[in-house]
Amino acid sequence: MPNTAYILLILLLPLFGFVLLGLFGRRYIRGFSGVIGAALLFVSTLCALYVAYNYFSGNAGMPALRRTYTLFGATWLSFGRDLSIDMGILIDPISAMMIVVVTVISLMVHVFSLGYMKGEERYSTYYAFLGLFTFSMLGLVLSSNIFETYIFWELVGVSSFLLIGFYYDRPTAVAAAKKAFIVTRFADLGFLIGILILSFQAQTLDFGWLINNLSSFEHSPFNEPPVFLGLPLVDWGLILVFIGGAGKSALFPLHIWLPDAMEGPTPVSALIHAATMVVAGVYLVARLYPLYTLTRDVQQVVLYVGAISALLAAIIACTQTDIKRVLAYSTMSQIGYMMFALGTYRLFPPSLVDPKIGFIGSMFHLFTHAFFKALLFLCAGVIIHLVHSNEMKDMGGLRKRLPLAHICFLIACLAISGIPPFSGFFSKEDILSAAWRADKFIYAIALFTSGLTAFYMFRLYFSVFWNKPATGHPHAQPLVESIPLVILAIGAAFAGLIPFSHLLIVGGHVHSTIGRNAVPPVLIALLGIGIAAWLYYKQSDRPQKAAAAFRGLYTAAYHKFYIDELYLFVTKKIIFNCIGRPAAWIDRNIVDGLMNGLAVATARISATIKGIQSGKVQDYAWFFFVGIAGLAILFIYIVR
Amino acid sequence: MPVIPLHYILFLSTALFFIGMYGLFTRRNMITMLMSVELILNSVNINFVAFNKYLYPENLEGLFFSLFIIAIAAAEAAVAIAIIINLYRNIRSVDVEAADDMKF
Repeated sequence: MPNTAYILLILLLPLFGFVLLGLFGRRYIRGFSGVIGAALLFVSTLCALYVAYNYFSGNAGMPALRRTYTLFGATWLSFGRDLSIDMGILIDPISAMMIVVVTVISLMVHVFSLGYMKGEERYSTYYAFLGLFTFSMLGLVLSSNIFETYIFWELVGVSSFLLIGFYYDRPTAVAAAKKAFIVTRFADLGFLIGILILSFQAQTLDFGWLINNLSSFEHSPFNEPPVFLGLPLVDWGLILVFIGGAGKSALFPLHIWLPDAMEGPTPVSALIHAATMVVAGVYLVARLYPLYTLTRDVQQVVLYVGAISALLAAIIACTQTDIKRVLAYSTMSQIGYMMFALGTYRLFPPSLVDPKIGFIGSMFHLFTHAFFKALLFLCAGVIIHLVHSNEMKDMGGLRKRLPLAHICFLIACLAISGIPPFSGFFSKEDILSAAWRADKFIYAIALFTSGLTAFYMFRLYFSVFWNKPATGHPHAQPLVESIPLVILAIGAAFAGLIPFSHLLIVGGHVHSTIGRNAVPPVLIALLGIGIAAWLYYKQSDRPQKAAAAFRGLYTAAYHKFYIDELYLFVTKKIIFNCIGRPAAWIDRNIVDGLMNGLAVATARISATIKGIQSGKVQDYAWFFFVGIAGLAILFIYIVR
Repeated sequence: MPVIPLHYILFLSTALFFIGMYGLFTRRNMITMLMSVELILNSVNINFVAFNKYLYPENLEGLFFSLFIIAIAAAEAAVAIAIIINLYRNIRSVDVEAADDMKF
């Protein structure tokens, strides 16, 4: 695997773009910033494709050789003989897949933004931030140890913050950026503590050794693992790391930042908040998959958090009216899908030979989802540019004016709904069959969510492109905006045909599961589409009636199940009143009071006794004499 | 020749000591204070000599100690007078009340 130079190039070109555009963009090369950024990323993408092609095809005859490579390991920070933080590059099937996803989607977004962001005042800053994000995301994906991952994890967090708040003159964007940063930071606290626990238990930070040491630790019958509150410490570490992942991946109950993050420019939503950064949590769990499958408890946490997020987000998505918010909830729902698929391993009946199907499904869905969700967002960007509104009621009948976006949007909707032969069908199929074999209840949730997904996506599709009579002539769309749509549409349509399970599993023999199990999801998706068509194909009062029929649920879902309000209640009322205020009182009165009291007491005492320092020699002689006399009396008469 | 009892001499030295003490505390003139200190030292000398003579006539430590004290007192007088002269040069006075620069 002698591709180290290429891999470094993949990683460093976006960073170079960031430095170049960040330092000189505004002053000197303003007009070309976009072209420069896109060109650098184009080279980077070519390298990524080459590396991935080499990796997956090079050992085609001997899949067993498709192993994990650690390239370029260097000690970055040494704390002593046993502890050091290294920097390295890890290439294994999932990171090879991820570099392709990240660079391709990022390139599409770069190219799309050439048209979309044209004329923006901070055009070059925008491209600099995109470069920073791409670099950080690639670094996260390629990290060879968990602390390095954490560093890049924070870097993607900060670039996400910068891009959400890109329109910093809008108060809502500033609030959204702040919210995203605080919520994910809060979750990252869990991640950091988790890292500390895991690395303390394993005595290493390196992924390979971490997995190795902790697995043997868990299996060893000799030493009882340390237990805290009924769970082994390792499990606590894994759950804390999972909390970090859940925060970044917008899983329930840490999802509240994602819908607000849609305040950023739409291509940014496509790149960061749909295709790449938000799947970092899934990627992290997949990276530590051998550890997450060690115990049933951890698996169940992953499983239920994923399933609840998927269902909840799908229900909320059905009621939202802002096109980008619908897509945001849809993203959350799909990530929930990927996540619970990673939690199915332990629940398989022991007779089953290959329980890794959940893992494959999850990664496959991550791959296909990146394409169709980025496509949906970019189409949404085109639509929003045309109608200058995010609200669905301002749209309708756009099929004549945006023929290309119409076709692409339809392809993406079919893909996400899981209609064969589009890509989503295959990846969802893997996830659903994993759920079917693991737990019938989860399967039911997943199936229902799948129907809901089809419903809300086609609700969106019909309300945007049909609903009203089509008028007008095709809107002239710049070529730089059309090409990414076409490429992504091809990806969304055909990515499912990639024999993914053969690529991911070393020497694995996973059967493709397309069979009888595939029928119910397709039927339920068609049902969802049918209902959406019935409600939204033509303008009517049916949606209102339907909403009235489910009044309670509709209102609750429309208000996002009041989770934001709950958070506000907890933070403002409970934390602020019960913790913040007493803490402030203690700080002001006890901590400050102690210090002030000391100062006042010192001043008082010195004011009282400073008369002793009279400067008169004879006074001092008196003190001396009295002291001597006192000592003499003491030693002669009292002490003896 | 009648022997003077020891306590007479001790009365003398105690009186001398407290006269010196009184002078030290009440006089503001530094020369006078120095003289008072000499009185205190000499009261001690008398004690040494008397105890040596009355209690251990075969030894000479007390006498030698008095000699030492006399020598040191001479040195001390030289130093003290030097200080007083310097003080006088600085503040044109030998009054201790006037030397209050180190007061708070």
